[in-house]
Amino acid sequence: MWKWLHPYADPEVSYHFTGRLLPWLSGLTLILLTIGLIWALGFAPADYQQGDSFRIFYIHVPAASLSMGIYLGMAIAAFTSMVWQLKLADASAAAMAPVGAVFTAIALFTGAAWGKPMWGTWWIWDARLTSELILLFLYLGVIALHNAFEDKNLAGKAAGILTLVGVINLPIIKYSVEWWNTLHQGATVSNLGKPSMSIEMIWPFIFCFSGFAFLVAMVICIRFRSEILARNSIRPWVRSLVIEHISAQSSTTTPSKENS
Amino acid sequence: MQFTSFSDFIAMGGYGFYVWLSFGVSALLIFILIINSLLGHKSVIQNIAARQKREDKLRQVRKQRAEANAPAMQSPVSIPTSTEINS
Repeated sequence: MWKWLHPYADPEVSYHFTGRLLPWLSGLTLILLTIGLIWALGFAPADYQQGDSFRIFYIHVPAASLSMGIYLGMAIAAFTSMVWQLKLADASAAAMAPVGAVFTAIALFTGAAWGKPMWGTWWIWDARLTSELILLFLYLGVIALHNAFEDKNLAGKAAGILTLVGVINLPIIKYSVEWWNTLHQGATVSNLGKPSMSIEMIWPFIFCFSGFAFLVAMVICIRFRSEILARNSIRPWVRSLVIEHISAQSSTTTPSKENS
Repeated sequence: MQFTSFSDFIAMGGYGFYVWLSFGVSALLIFILIINSLLGHKSVIQNIAARQKREDKLRQVRKQRAEANAPAMQSPVSIPTSTEINS
């Protein structure tokens, strides 16, 4: 397996591989999210207690679990880069951080907009909400560290240490609803043995969740490719790629100038 | 379909404001993230291209000066190093 994986540690191979992946990811995102969101907004049944405010669930829960999933991915990348000195791992961690931050913000915001009609308050210093807010600050810290150093290896190391220290927050978020008495309800979907949701609610959720997951993968791929280019800017393959790109651009914008 | 009319759909059983606020803000944030990522890719390429252009020009200037100085042997005009030109 290592022999098979090895070529993907080469920046050029990864750049082209993720480039080929992008159309598939964006196509799947578009299809799944269109179906999922229309289903969630118009066709899924309303909750017997929460009425139509329950529809926020279809964004809130995928965003929240993806915010933790992305952090886990970032932590694995940080660990890989620290142990095996894999530079691409740093690039992928730097690509994941902003995406994770946005999904954490979405989870917090939709949570607030759901909490107002259900709990009567936008915000409360409850264990689940506070630990998710700390996750947002961790993401912002990681982004800041990645941008704080001119030397990207140093930046990756500093951000990696913060990422790994912050992993402690993940189980705290996950189990906060069990460890403490909180306003936030317990797990609804992840009780795979006996899900506490009706089947008409589960299906649109699956579409929404996988749609958002592919969206996350797509955006991470785009950012990962930028990171690869920025970190390998003096390599010949990047130079020729840039020249190709610029000449393709100038030929489409100014077709009359041929010798530009 | 859970709703009988379009206005019913917008009202969301009285929770319209919160539901549409959530969906709207989420869509906006994701839209900004995607645009930012795409523009970032473009600007990285443009930055590298600009630096390449600068380096090519520097190399040309250095070559020209070297040629101009070549006939007058040991001219007092020194060829600037790359750090001098950059600063």
